[in-house]
Amino acid sequence: MPIDWFPLWLSLRVAAISTALALGIGLGLAWILANRQFRGKEILDAAVTLPLVLPPTVLGYYLLVVLGRNSPVGKIYEWLFGEPLVFSWQAAVVAALFHSTPLLVKSARAAFESVDRSYERAARNLGATELRLFWRVTLPLTRRAILAAAALGFARSLGDFGVTLMIAGNIPGRTQTVALAIYDAVEAGNGQAARVLVIIISAIALIVLSVANRLTSSPYGPRQTAL
Amino acid sequence: MIQARIRKQYAPGPESAAFSLDVDLKAEAGITVLFGPSGAGKTLTLDCIAGFVRPDEGRILLDDEILFDGVSGVHLPARTRRCGYVFQNYALFPHMTLRQNLEFAVERVPRLERHRKVNEMLEKFHLADVSGRRPYELSGGQKQRCSIARALIGSPRLLLLDEPARGLDAPLRAELYAALRQVRQEFQIPTLLVTHDFEECIELGDEMLVLRDGRVVQSGTPRKVFECPANVDVARLLGVYNLLPVEIRGLDPGRNVSRLRYLDFELTGPYFPGRLIGDRVWLCIRPDVLTVAPKDGRLGTNQMPATLVRAVDKLERVRLEFADDIAVEVLRPAFEKYQSVKNWVIEFPSSGLRIL
Repeated sequence: MPIDWFPLWLSLRVAAISTALALGIGLGLAWILANRQFRGKEILDAAVTLPLVLPPTVLGYYLLVVLGRNSPVGKIYEWLFGEPLVFSWQAAVVAALFHSTPLLVKSARAAFESVDRSYERAARNLGATELRLFWRVTLPLTRRAILAAAALGFARSLGDFGVTLMIAGNIPGRTQTVALAIYDAVEAGNGQAARVLVIIISAIALIVLSVANRLTSSPYGPRQTAL
Repeated sequence: MIQARIRKQYAPGPESAAFSLDVDLKAEAGITVLFGPSGAGKTLTLDCIAGFVRPDEGRILLDDEILFDGVSGVHLPARTRRCGYVFQNYALFPHMTLRQNLEFAVERVPRLERHRKVNEMLEKFHLADVSGRRPYELSGGQKQRCSIARALIGSPRLLLLDEPARGLDAPLRAELYAALRQVRQEFQIPTLLVTHDFEECIELGDEMLVLRDGRVVQSGTPRKVFECPANVDVARLLGVYNLLPVEIRGLDPGRNVSRLRYLDFELTGPYFPGRLIGDRVWLCIRPDVLTVAPKDGRLGTNQMPATLVRAVDKLERVRLEFADDIAVEVLRPAFEKYQSVKNWVIEFPSSGLRIL
């Protein structure tokens, strides 16, 4: 029986797009959490982390309610793009986003907070705006930790099953990602397809994780700490 | 010129006591030293001036510009203040080369001008050969010079140095002092230098402010502070004086003499105006002003018998520590003859006695 490569291609595309979006959202949220003082800050942090611990079906149910065709968000999306969000491959991106963003926020916040405050003070003292401080100092200093988190987020997005099933469905050739395809293949008794996909996904995950590990070692020699 | 009046309160926290800073300072071009023990508020004062910390009240004026004013709520962000700051740990950006660190400070300057400025600073601080290295590849002295160069390259109106000599060994310290003297001469801007090393004050300071518990307790030239500490706290901070609690037993303005009692021994000193008999005061006297001789027979005026506890070697002198908290420093040859002697006589000069 020939192997259908579409799910693998779709999964990689979904994971890549969701990781890119998660980087944007995650860095923004992490920066706010690390640099701003406001009421409910830790509640926001907890809310961002919630998807990591909720059962996928619970998360999927929420998303179905919030993004469904009858919800305001779903209606606006449909009005803008001419087709519903749910049960499309874009919905699979949303599902993956809820796996990668929390990882990125957590890691990036910790990384931002670990930057020695005297570097930030020095940058401001030398005339840098907050934006330039972020791009030229904070981000380069935390780049590796953030890339490592993005790699983890990518690997995590690749494997989502429950949430994707709930909001994107399992439509072969349209929304069937690798995880769903493997499930289907096993159900249908197509052991060969399942084995090939399992091995490929495991290999990708292994490579991504080893890259992430290598990234977390510090490049700048012994760290200077302020007193 | 910098003029600052800064008030800042910190409520007691779970791991910190309450602290209040209340300083008034004014500094012209030249080096003004903020001297005091740790926790006196020296660095906090710098941070308020640089704009890292917002004071509760007061006003900070640099040349004619108001950087902070508590009443009107003016609080310029740190980036617009143009105060060069040399951090305690240098705070050189570890991901940039030395040249890039300097360029960061003048990024708004047109390219050609920027290149010229950076090269000029690299030359001036003897860093041209290592300009392509990252901070972790530099020696302590190079990092030190780089952080000073980076603080100065943007032509600041004020230079702030937070314990720049901390953790440097003697040769590097000398190198740093030379660099700072060069800066004082070439840049002609007010420089505030935080330290708790009194020798550094004497060596570099044009003026000094003594801070203690968030207050300025004395100001003046370092020489003057050294010679006339304002009170016993300042004298204690300088760490060079014998401070003996004495009671005034006699005052005679006509003959310009006074009698002081220390333990059960009586000293004769000059008349002290504004004091009364019975006042308990501190006798403040430098260890190198006292003289000693081995005890033999009778005691003269202002001679006090004392038992030697230990002798500590200094560079050219020996510091003799006696019972009753009196220390005397004498030249080495004067002491070596009498190494084994235990019982000594300390002679107080009657003219050099000062009370606080």
